[in-house]
Amino acid sequence: MGSYVPITEKERAEMLARIGVPSAEALYADVPAGLLFPPLSGLPEGLSEMEAWERVSALAEKNRVYRTVLRGAGSYRHYIPAAVKAAAGREEFVTAYTPYQPEISQGLLQGMFEFQTMICELTGMDVANASHYDGATAAAETPAMCRDRRRRRVLVSGAADPQVLETMRTYAWGSDTPLETVPLKDGRTDPEALSRMLNGETAMVYLQQPNYFGLIEDAAAIGAIVHATGAKFVMGVNPIACALLPTPALCGADVAVGEGQPLGLETAFGGPYLGFMAVPKRLTRQLPGRIVGQTCDAEGRRGYVLTLSGREQHIRREKASSNICSNQAHCALTAAVYLSAMGSEGLRRAARNSMSKAHYLAAQLEEKLGWKRVHGSEFFHEFVTECPDTARALGALEAAGILGGLPVEGGLLWCVTELVSKECLDEAVACLREVF
Amino acid sequence: MIFPEELRYSRDDEWVKMLDETTALVGITDYAQHQLSDVVYVTLPEAGDEVTADEAFGDVESVKAVSDVLSPVTGTVAEVNEALLDAPELLNEDPYGAWIMKVENITGFAELLDAEAYKSLIGEE
Amino acid sequence: MEDLKLIFERGEEGQGLTLLPPCDVEEHFLPEERKEEPRLPHVSENELMRHYTALSGRVHGVNHGFYPLGSCTMKYNPKVDEATAALPGFTRLHPLQPQESTQGALEAVFLCQSMLGEITGMDAVSMQPAAGAHGELTGLLLIKAYHESRGNRARTKIIVPDSAHGTNPASAVMAGFSVVNIPSGPDGCVDLEVLRAAAGPDTAGLMLTNPNTVGIFDKNIREITDTIHAAGGLCYYDGANLNAVMGVVRPGDMGFDCIHLNLHKTFAAPHGGGGPGAGAVGCKAFLADFLPGPVAACGDAGFVWDTPKRSIGRVKAFWGNFDVMIKSLTYLLTLGRSGVREGAIHAVLAANYMKACLQDDFDMAYPGLCMHEFVMTLERFKEETGVSALDLAKGMLDHGVHPPTMYFPAIVHEALMVEPCETETKETLDAAVALYRSLGEAARRDPESLHTAPHKTPVGRLDEVKAARDQILRWTPQA
Repeated sequence: MGSYVPITEKERAEMLARIGVPSAEALYADVPAGLLFPPLSGLPEGLSEMEAWERVSALAEKNRVYRTVLRGAGSYRHYIPAAVKAAAGREEFVTAYTPYQPEISQGLLQGMFEFQTMICELTGMDVANASHYDGATAAAETPAMCRDRRRRRVLVSGAADPQVLETMRTYAWGSDTPLETVPLKDGRTDPEALSRMLNGETAMVYLQQPNYFGLIEDAAAIGAIVHATGAKFVMGVNPIACALLPTPALCGADVAVGEGQPLGLETAFGGPYLGFMAVPKRLTRQLPGRIVGQTCDAEGRRGYVLTLSGREQHIRREKASSNICSNQAHCALTAAVYLSAMGSEGLRRAARNSMSKAHYLAAQLEEKLGWKRVHGSEFFHEFVTECPDTARALGALEAAGILGGLPVEGGLLWCVTELVSKECLDEAVACLREVF
Repeated sequence: MIFPEELRYSRDDEWVKMLDETTALVGITDYAQHQLSDVVYVTLPEAGDEVTADEAFGDVESVKAVSDVLSPVTGTVAEVNEALLDAPELLNEDPYGAWIMKVENITGFAELLDAEAYKSLIGEE
Repeated sequence: MEDLKLIFERGEEGQGLTLLPPCDVEEHFLPEERKEEPRLPHVSENELMRHYTALSGRVHGVNHGFYPLGSCTMKYNPKVDEATAALPGFTRLHPLQPQESTQGALEAVFLCQSMLGEITGMDAVSMQPAAGAHGELTGLLLIKAYHESRGNRARTKIIVPDSAHGTNPASAVMAGFSVVNIPSGPDGCVDLEVLRAAAGPDTAGLMLTNPNTVGIFDKNIREITDTIHAAGGLCYYDGANLNAVMGVVRPGDMGFDCIHLNLHKTFAAPHGGGGPGAGAVGCKAFLADFLPGPVAACGDAGFVWDTPKRSIGRVKAFWGNFDVMIKSLTYLLTLGRSGVREGAIHAVLAANYMKACLQDDFDMAYPGLCMHEFVMTLERFKEETGVSALDLAKGMLDHGVHPPTMYFPAIVHEALMVEPCETETKETLDAAVALYRSLGEAARRDPESLHTAPHKTPVGRLDEVKAARDQILRWTPQA
């Protein structure tokens, strides 16, 4: 049995004597006797560290790690600079709690303040929180930010990531918020359908940019339609694409949220990831979660604290607009290190290379296999092509250690990031040609 | 602490200044702002809202706490002091100048005290 | 000490890292692209590392010293857990890989579900929620779905004791319920008479943590859960304090119907300065069909993702904070049946020992034995010395010790809540006791030194009112 208890038998006896009880079991006098010490027969006996390591390693080895990944759909394998893990992995950051004592937490608080700034720079917004659980939950919290007494109805683009949509639906059901999806036209949110659906009870419209199919939405035009009816415009954005696309702020968004995983976090089978949320100054109070602010001490030294806490559950309880307490602080710190390492130029390079390579693959699939894109408009680093037999296609790629596009209605949803070289893309196309 | 003679006070530390028989300004007392310490945010009602005596119509926040503000009157909100949104500290600096809302069509009151009775309620003097 | 530069104030335009190669295909440009670049830092790798090393020097982590932050279970985070979670066989997996290619990961989830179910006495577990509060919301949605499935829409209220974590009432509202706050009895526990009066045909459920937030195991727990069940409601267990009783008594046996667990507290995953956590949710069989999907199941041909029949739907993308779960899985495999029990017993032993040592110097909010944490009340101490709980806590900062949780729960005045955890040596506990005592003496001798504490930290007490009023929430370049 492994154990992390450092108390010796002798010390235990001394401690019990000091407390004045005969045994450690006596400390549980208030527990109804019949309930004490269940057999736990379903739990194995403990292992030494070496055995535990081997047991869990064996589980890791049963999984297949693909050499090349051409699949995204909400989780993206980008290059992670070596400095990211070295800096963010420092144990002080990893093992601290939420910074409730600012005097001994300045490093964390400053790191969060820097993260908030970087998210504001990416989105064009004024204020960002110190993170949310993931992109889906961040999106799911936005109706509570936009609702008021007259407006409760929520519209979500049908081209939102299905997992985001499903999460939004669960939250909306919980709070009795009506939620409907907006139909698509050629894979993008149909502005005419949207216009017809909007009314005086609509609180917000959620648009994903680039959308689930990788397509670039005409966000500014959608935003204008939304605002014309007095509803709020919420955009879910890919942070790498933010380096190239007009910012959510420029598109008129009232709230920008997104999945921060592409910013230096491993795909890690889906988590932990990083939700980010940003708003213009006028909506600061509507932001859920921790926010770090700058201030000073009595001697005028600059410092940082958790601020505007009156919004939050530990003070406002049932009147709080959100219940979030723990966030994804360490993921946010990791993203901040990533963005510091990449800089604006590096981030643009990652975005440019991803987008260019995706266009190369799309052209190759059409040229060499005759698989056309199923949508007409511009795309970022994901796109859908037709595919006569997805199982055969994915099987051929699998055999070469390549994870192919995700089967979706109409074909395969491909994703290419800067990590995939032209050579690998050519190899993938060649693999497919062998079986088609 | 100051408690102007011309105002009326509720047991929940709000003051009422009657402008005419059915219209009044409402704010929080000097005692209340001392108890709250530095106010950093105020939640205001909207013009047109109905408020009811002894029921919450908004709240005030310090950095560590949030407190409901109970209405001393029943009526309709005619106007709110939007200056408080940008400068909530006015509630600390000038509690009787910093009215929170103006209520019209007043049809009822909470139990209201004069300055002397309020002072003895909070244990002043 | 000088102000530490922000990363934006370091470096110069033109500095940076060379990380990516030029594009090896024809570059693509969009018809409309962003014109203004984001103002991100431009630093060399050396500057980057120095910056974050400097930041890390201004953080107190578990490895630095004692961290008895009540209600937070800041136990030691074993390094083997970090090592397994860093295995590429986990970190390099795409969440949407074919199930056949992720059998080990699915098995890990399945194992974790099973072991947590056994420890809590629950029949089914979902690993999807990302944190404790997220688990609370999920559990309450199970309760909502249950009542709706029976056509009962009249059960709209959740009963919450006034000592509960703020997340409890906030979660209830997010799940569409209204909250009935009930006052605790003088012993800090649920007042059965008050509870009986509150429970009725509109009761959807009760949220309770046991041991409760004042560190006491509510001995009437069966009467409490029976009362709610008799009224037709369900009982939700807030697992924030499970560390006191893991392996010792099971929430399922206490009569709870669903629970959440904080893997980042009880099951030793580190807290990361605020997260990520993981908030597994467990429930009895009659609620299993409502769990958020999918959950890992063991089929004939291996492990599969299975969405429960009447699932409330997803509460998060993908499968939860998977890599946090790997840390807790490793921890659970290491401890095993006896180890979890040993951990809980020693957590309770440590808290009672400190309480016994301190009770002559400080008033305890509730006398007698406690569970894994105890609450001191400095109300009388403050009257006598003028030194508040805050002052005393700030005084500790100069001695390399993290203070206890301050001013929680709100039902105790001038509260300091101490949770030492099972991973501390007796020597550490004795040193903390000596420090608390010496600060208590300092408060009587030289209260001013505590009013102005801390003195040795990089910054002194920070002006929180100024922060809230100025709202400087991001760096902006100097004009």
